[in-house]
Amino acid sequence: MVATLSWDRPALETLLARALDLVTEGEAEALFTARDAALTRFANSQIHQNVIEHDATLRLRVIHDGRTGVATTNRLDAEGLREVVERATDIRRRARPNPDQPPLAEPLASSAPATLGYVNATANADPEMRAAGARSVIAAGDAVGLEVSGAFSTDTATLAVANSRGMWNSHTVTQAKLLTVMLDGQGGSGYAQSTAADLRAIDAAAVGEEAAEKATRSAGASDLGPGEYPVILEEYAVATILEYLSWSGFSALALQEGRSFMDLGEQIMGPNVSIWDDGLDPMGMPTSIDYEGVPKQRVDLITDGVACAVVHDTATALKAGTTSTGHGLPAPNVWGPIAWNLFMAPGSGSKEAMLAGIERGIWVTRFHYVNIVHAKRGILTGMTKDGTFLIEDGRIVRPVRNLRFTQSIPEAFSHIDAIGAETKLVSAEYSGIFARVPALRVERFNFTGATSSEGAG
Amino acid sequence: MNELIDLALDAAQSGGAAYADIRLVERETESLAVKNGALEAADSDRSAGFGVRVLVDGAWGFSGSSRLEPDAAARVAREAVLVARASALARRDRVVLDDTPPVVASYRTPFAEDPFEVSIDEKLKILFAADAAMGGVTGITVRSGSIVAARERKTFASTEGARIEQQLTEVGAGIEATAVDDNEVQQRSFPNSGGGQHVAGGFEAVRGLDIPGNAQRIAEEAVALLQAPQCPAGAMTVIIDSPQMALQVHESCGHPIELDRVLGMEASFAGTSFLTVDKLNELQYGSQIVNIDADATAPGGLGTFGFDDEGVPAQNVPIVTEGRFVGYLTSRETAPVIGRRSMGSSRASGWNVIPLIRMTNVNLRPGSAGSLEDLIADTREGLFLSTNHSWSIDDRRLNFQFGTQVGWLIRDGKLTQMVRNPTYTGITPEFWGACDAICDPSEWRLWGVPNCGKGEPMQTHRVGHGAAPARFHGIQVGVGRW
Repeated sequence: MVATLSWDRPALETLLARALDLVTEGEAEALFTARDAALTRFANSQIHQNVIEHDATLRLRVIHDGRTGVATTNRLDAEGLREVVERATDIRRRARPNPDQPPLAEPLASSAPATLGYVNATANADPEMRAAGARSVIAAGDAVGLEVSGAFSTDTATLAVANSRGMWNSHTVTQAKLLTVMLDGQGGSGYAQSTAADLRAIDAAAVGEEAAEKATRSAGASDLGPGEYPVILEEYAVATILEYLSWSGFSALALQEGRSFMDLGEQIMGPNVSIWDDGLDPMGMPTSIDYEGVPKQRVDLITDGVACAVVHDTATALKAGTTSTGHGLPAPNVWGPIAWNLFMAPGSGSKEAMLAGIERGIWVTRFHYVNIVHAKRGILTGMTKDGTFLIEDGRIVRPVRNLRFTQSIPEAFSHIDAIGAETKLVSAEYSGIFARVPALRVERFNFTGATSSEGAG
Repeated sequence: MNELIDLALDAAQSGGAAYADIRLVERETESLAVKNGALEAADSDRSAGFGVRVLVDGAWGFSGSSRLEPDAAARVAREAVLVARASALARRDRVVLDDTPPVVASYRTPFAEDPFEVSIDEKLKILFAADAAMGGVTGITVRSGSIVAARERKTFASTEGARIEQQLTEVGAGIEATAVDDNEVQQRSFPNSGGGQHVAGGFEAVRGLDIPGNAQRIAEEAVALLQAPQCPAGAMTVIIDSPQMALQVHESCGHPIELDRVLGMEASFAGTSFLTVDKLNELQYGSQIVNIDADATAPGGLGTFGFDDEGVPAQNVPIVTEGRFVGYLTSRETAPVIGRRSMGSSRASGWNVIPLIRMTNVNLRPGSAGSLEDLIADTREGLFLSTNHSWSIDDRRLNFQFGTQVGWLIRDGKLTQMVRNPTYTGITPEFWGACDAICDPSEWRLWGVPNCGKGEPMQTHRVGHGAAPARFHGIQVGVGRW
């Protein structure tokens, strides 16, 4: 990248200190975020979009007399700092007092090494490297006559937080992601994704081969009636489910407002289910602090099927009489905390071994356009995508057209009868949530509809 | 700014770009949120930057920066050229733009009352009045409300000679009441879910909503839903209210008519479309009474502007005429594929991203079924569905499922029993083919959808949908086990 923004620790400390020094009344928090992000996108087996973005934003929260004001700017010179402080102060003065206003986070230093989740090779990736990855994937599809689409992204992101109570924490991370969808033009499709902090861990050829193999096998899909079936859910599908469990129930705010399926202390899933959040685990996509500057803690959400805990930010922690777990979003945060470094405990089998014993069931590669139908009951709906297969007598017999599920996930996860030994790190499609998960075999999963063959080929 | 524009375009051309454009964008928003009687959020955001898009050797490159400085302009333009050269390493077809003539012009969203000139205290009076009305209803556990104002100033310039200045102004407001018990969580919103109603215009639009006057009613409905029976399952006649119809149009018509999606350019993200180019002017998309257009000139729409982000003038084009599929949303790159010139729907959500084909205001035209009351009176048995709760549609925009916040059974032309957790599902052309009545212009309203996601990196954009309540026969409702 030739126009990268450079923010080392001394420069950040100076910037944030200057902003805080300009606040003359009450307390203040300065939140800095910066991104050097690049994405090479391909479709119809060629690169069609190719973009780079450089941005840095300062978000200033000021609190005085029970009133809070927040302002942001991405103009970071002296005039920009003066202007954003003026705007935050002005909106604070004109706001009404809130007796329940959450306080600033207390200073607590992060113990995570500065190198956690940061890899130079990713930060220094250039357009030619991404184009080479795209070409490898396209070659795999070309070899078997598929139309190839996908995206190869490399990001460097910096988060720094300082406040007038003495908080100072920062963290710079890198992320690389390569994904592809391959289509045969007759309804067959395949998908693969690889994501890592280290670009060098992504094997573009393997990503291409995985998707090409799946697309080839899914050619000629035919109808299958809706109903309740045993399912094998690949890691991509499991990760999407965890993403939506996070949105709907792993937050302390959802629990405090009575919207969550989490019933703390109760057995809500099978005893073979354990799910946790850990922003410091390098097997995930690490982030050592949250947007209030609070160091991340591991939170065991569900252990042996028992709902154990939810994630907190400063506001929910204050209400619950506990401390933040480091899952806060930028102020003013009306959404509550969010768990975005998820893990699910593996089991002992392979996906292939899971086929044995299924008399008639469905293999799901991934889900598409999932949404929350009923948060308190954990009911989700969505479509299968990019490789759905009928299983009969312990083997895959044919591809089927995509099916719609409408299913309570706590209910389904109470009937998991096999869990894969291997886990895969998956980046969520629509959010910044990452999940390292195994494949699952679920005894029964409710499919409530199917797509049409209209326009299939 | 003129210096920055000239430097960027000159650097792009001297680097080998056959075409280049630059967008300078500044967007500011002011957001207020009230929750349970307290001011939860008072936020003023401002973001400014520029993006340079170049065509080199028939391939695209783009770079954007928040540093609005002359030296950054040339550097970013050169980076865009490097990116384009990398694109050319995996290029199959050359990008060819249509012959839209360059324009020098300006546009401002018309409004009566500047939302940034209305005091915070005056805005909070509306939200706190609504909060108090909801708080007076026993059983409400969470009550919330918000008012948002946004202003975007942008300059577009191209190496073809286009130079366009625009100032877009938007406002939005809404409230929500939540009631919970041991097994249920029920919400009612006004005037819509997802933050309420959002329009291009001034604060007069917020005043016209009468949010406090509807607060007690929705709170009472949220509490009543806790005791309401579950929505029945089966095939029924449904009447869908105007805001839910807006989202129905969005998912089952707006997205599948995006020509870049049709041509496979979005295949790796949210999928393709069943409305392939061979179906243009051929497919009976819906019944004879279904007429849909894409109107970027409609007053008050979130998809209303003077020019898109390729400099193409705002237009109103037919999409579905008497049920027949006749048009797409297009860009300068894609329109020539179907032998047309861009109809002006290439839009970027900010300075830092490229324009994609986005909805403008994709509107279901009103019918002749009278008022909503008339339509219900004309229905012997059925289900009235109101206000979106959940949404999902497959990767070719065929199989959809929606949940609404509330339903009422219809018996002998009257609303009777309230039911909770209603859902309905269908296949797009079958569903629109089952439409036998659409209310008249008195019930038609242009709704804003401020959170439409598309593309990688994902852009969240603001689009509009006009709709009146409509009736459909034989629709599957009550999906799943409850």
